[in-house]
Amino acid sequence: MLMISPRMASGMQEKQYTPSLLSFFIYNPKFGPREGEEEKKILFYHPIEIEKNEKIRNVGLCEAIVQFTRTFSPTNPAKSLHTQKNRQFFHEAEENYWMVMVVRNPMVEKPNKDGKPPTVEYQEEEIIDSVYGSVLQQCYCMYKLFNGTFSRAFEAGGVELLTQKLEKFFYRYLQTLHLQSCDLLDVFGGISFFPLDKMTYLKIQSFVNRVEESLSLVKYTAFLYNDQLIWSGLEQDDMRILYKYLTTSLFPRHSEPELAGRDSPLRPEVAGNLLHYGRFLTGPANLKDPDAKFRFPRIFVNTEDSYEELHLIVYKVRERVNVMDLNREFCEQLDSLVGPQLTLLASDICEQFNINRRISGPEKEPQFKFIYFNHMNLAEKSTIHMRKTASVSLTSVHPDLMKILGDINCDFARVNEDEEIIVKAMTDYWVVGKKSDQRELYVILNQKNANLIEVNEEVKRLCATQFNNIFFLD
Amino acid sequence: MSDEYYLELSENPVQFENASSVNNVFFDEANKQVFAVRSGGATGVVVKGPDDKSSVAFRMDDKGEVKCIKFSLGNKILAVQRTTKSVDFMNFIPDYPHLEFSHECKTKNANILGFCWTNWNEIVFVTDQGIEFYQVLPDKRTLKLLKSQSINVNWYMYCPETAVLLLSTTVQGNVLQPFAFKSATVSKMSKFEIELPAVPKPAKLSLSERDIAVATIYDQLYVMYLKHHSRSTNSPGAEVVLYHLPREGTCRKTHVLKLNTTGKFALNVVDNLVVVHHQSSQTSLIYDIKLRELDGALNVHQPVLPARSINPYKIHLTGPAAAPSQAPVPCELYSSSWSVFQPDIIISASEGYLWYLQVKLQPTLNLLQDKGKLMDFLLRRRDCKMVILSVCSQMLTGGDKGNLSVVATVFDKLNQVYKEYLDAEQAYTAAMESGPSRSSTSYKRPVRTQAVIDQSDMYTHVLSDFTEKKGVKHKFIIAVLMEYIRSLNQFQIPVQHYLYELVIKTLVQHNLFYMLHQFLQYHVLSDSKPLACLLLSLESTYPPAHQLSLDMLKRLSTANDEIVEVLLSKQQVLGALRFIRSVGAHDNVSARKFLDAARQTNDTMLFYTIFRFFEQRNMRLRGNPAENIREHCEEHVAYFKQVFGENALMKQATA
Repeated sequence: MLMISPRMASGMQEKQYTPSLLSFFIYNPKFGPREGEEEKKILFYHPIEIEKNEKIRNVGLCEAIVQFTRTFSPTNPAKSLHTQKNRQFFHEAEENYWMVMVVRNPMVEKPNKDGKPPTVEYQEEEIIDSVYGSVLQQCYCMYKLFNGTFSRAFEAGGVELLTQKLEKFFYRYLQTLHLQSCDLLDVFGGISFFPLDKMTYLKIQSFVNRVEESLSLVKYTAFLYNDQLIWSGLEQDDMRILYKYLTTSLFPRHSEPELAGRDSPLRPEVAGNLLHYGRFLTGPANLKDPDAKFRFPRIFVNTEDSYEELHLIVYKVRERVNVMDLNREFCEQLDSLVGPQLTLLASDICEQFNINRRISGPEKEPQFKFIYFNHMNLAEKSTIHMRKTASVSLTSVHPDLMKILGDINCDFARVNEDEEIIVKAMTDYWVVGKKSDQRELYVILNQKNANLIEVNEEVKRLCATQFNNIFFLD
Repeated sequence: MSDEYYLELSENPVQFENASSVNNVFFDEANKQVFAVRSGGATGVVVKGPDDKSSVAFRMDDKGEVKCIKFSLGNKILAVQRTTKSVDFMNFIPDYPHLEFSHECKTKNANILGFCWTNWNEIVFVTDQGIEFYQVLPDKRTLKLLKSQSINVNWYMYCPETAVLLLSTTVQGNVLQPFAFKSATVSKMSKFEIELPAVPKPAKLSLSERDIAVATIYDQLYVMYLKHHSRSTNSPGAEVVLYHLPREGTCRKTHVLKLNTTGKFALNVVDNLVVVHHQSSQTSLIYDIKLRELDGALNVHQPVLPARSINPYKIHLTGPAAAPSQAPVPCELYSSSWSVFQPDIIISASEGYLWYLQVKLQPTLNLLQDKGKLMDFLLRRRDCKMVILSVCSQMLTGGDKGNLSVVATVFDKLNQVYKEYLDAEQAYTAAMESGPSRSSTSYKRPVRTQAVIDQSDMYTHVLSDFTEKKGVKHKFIIAVLMEYIRSLNQFQIPVQHYLYELVIKTLVQHNLFYMLHQFLQYHVLSDSKPLACLLLSLESTYPPAHQLSLDMLKRLSTANDEIVEVLLSKQQVLGALRFIRSVGAHDNVSARKFLDAARQTNDTMLFYTIFRFFEQRNMRLRGNPAENIREHCEEHVAYFKQVFGENALMKQATA
């Protein structure tokens, strides 16, 4: 058991700076092994304005650090470098392809009297390696989802094609990184599953199977409701990153007040002619439009073995399908087949949703908040986070508490055994971390004058009510 | 082509001497006996029934032309009508006088149209002026009148199954008066009118007995009226109109069968299907009155299957005229010498054959494309089980597009029948358990018909073969299995373990572990110990199966011992102990098991902890730290002493 004394932020006119992206680059040492050719190693560098020699210097430094640490641990070289002002993260995404992300440490600017420039204090311990390490890996996975692997691009069109692809993707993607709001959930990269009874679930199964059977172009189907996954025909790793894309990028862009009630009129031109509420989130906005473009984003899955290239169709009443090759006829077929049935199913699920809400409804805000994650199926559940939006994920607890969660997670990662850690944080907060087999549970309690035993009892109760149908050791 | 004939004549017909100038042939619908009367009986009467037991041969005096001849039930008494005034009787009961006696009809000037036996000793005479119901007293050789009724009768028709007699009355003959007979009583049922296509002027007899048949269909009595095509109405062809005749209440017109053609027809009822034979096209049609058409309140039915001839039949010539090597001769079907009787009898008097008409279900597979309708049809047939199962196998390997929704429909139909049976069975068991005191007679054990296709039938005959078939996409296999499970769930039928096993086996074979994981996550595969054990066995190929299995055991809440075993096998000794403590069973567990496991870890501190735990437990339970440990675990105590020293052992409380 570990106890940490409460630590409070202080100061009134201080200016707080959150962590931010300083630079981000991708290199392959094999591309410029000789002296004078160092620039060839660099495949992508952000920000682009940096002077060439500085780029080379920075890449060289990273290469050197990795090379140096390899002598101590050949299979597991350095993952990050801590400095006062910033922290660098290294990730060998594919053999010899290195991705580096440099994050500026959060800092506090203290105004000085008599007109002196303010003193800057870097909070070098605030950043958690595992969180930003995961963010970097996510960058790669997201790239790979839409572009395939680095090496494939290199094989297909040499460095030129690769750099072109990298630039095109990362130029936009890096703008969507919100480093200040990264936390434990980025480490997990989990999937939130929609709780559903067996019968409705089987109906969805049956529906998905029929769609895939009658539209042979549909290779895989995933079924989501209200940003939560119900069924995935894709393998776990592919689904994980696709889920991330859908819930943090695509859906928020198309968000609609659909849970408020199903009577909100969706696009009248669609609803007018067809008796259902389906539409495409990727591809044509309106099927009736004669100029509609039938282009869908391509995605790459199963890159480890079969390396499949697919088109991503997101069709929404609340669902998404993946297919191979598309044209108008196909879209219309899909629309007419899937739309009406899905509308029916959606109302079934909606009912379930309301039942779920009613069950949990009458209870008032509980005294605890928790994050649950299961490494086996990536199931994730958080009562700490508000709904994610395109820009930020909001948490309802103080960042300091989130930091403690991150630290506990790091401790768990170090050993392979079941553990329990209870931390007393500032102002009546207790943080409890539990690890049982492949599952992790983090609870934040706020109870006045609670002692260790009471907190322990409280967590036991929580487990008994919330997790009674899984094997979770106390 | 030959497998397209869905009607056939029975393999072993009843053979009799064909009708000729010297040999008259009669058929009794009640006993299903054919009487061959040679020279008025003087040279012999040969009676052939459906089995040898009911076959008799005897001789009687020639007292004139025989109009009608019938045995009472059980061949007890023979009745012969030779004149329009009287009926003659002969005892066939052993030890009773064999002499003939005669009885004249009671009503003056009445002509006897015929008679029907309603019991072994009860007979009804039908005259043109009414009916006379008698009891025959064979020992006294007289008849006792039980009841008579005056009514003008054109013709009559008797249904032996239900003992209902139908009389045609009024000038046009289209008002039918039914009577029901039951052990010495007769009850008049409400009369009804058959709607004629056109009313002739002046009025004359317009309804012929040839156009009326009576039969039970789905346990209900129906009067079938063959309504010929008439130019005045706009119907494109003839129709069969069915009037439902309930025991109580009024008779109502309920079904119309569209024949879509004209000509000469004959009716049979086989396996609750109405069969309509059309002579000029030499084909037959079948109708199922339970197959619903979407056509208004009155059920208008079209033929279930396209018109087909009865399966060609060959006669093996016998007798002195036939050489043994002679090839069988094809029999003329739909011959004008055929007579058709209810429910399923066809007689060729000129050739001396009586056949039963039979429905072959196998050909319907290819004739009825709509699998849902086909299932509805098959589920109501008598010998349907194997055919249904072969339909299932066929549709799974057919590989048509949009097949899954058909599969779903078929499964739902099968499971509906299956569920109804299970419910009936359950209600019966419940009624039996609550004691036979409460009207046990009303609870008959439900009959399991062939239409009840349970999970083991599906598994053995359809699914297990199907999942092993080469060339079928595994995606489709899994979709079908899930569809079956969905259907069972929809009807709240508990799914058998072997189906889950099949699903898991198929998923594992194709490395679809993530799919399996998701199914388990949503509890689609219901929890059970065998399933948990199956999952444990998968751990080496799919590590998360371990967690899934433990979760399942936990939910079962009856598998705590298994959980301990699993954890101990993983050397999670402390975890096992904490678990058993959390469920409150730590006072009863064997210390040895835990100490063994702790020793194996080679972790002395762990061993110390476990050892101390049990010492404390024993102290608490028995006031002696060592008792239980020493009993079975001497070696562990010795090891403890060796490692931690004698003094480390907990001292017995000295009170």
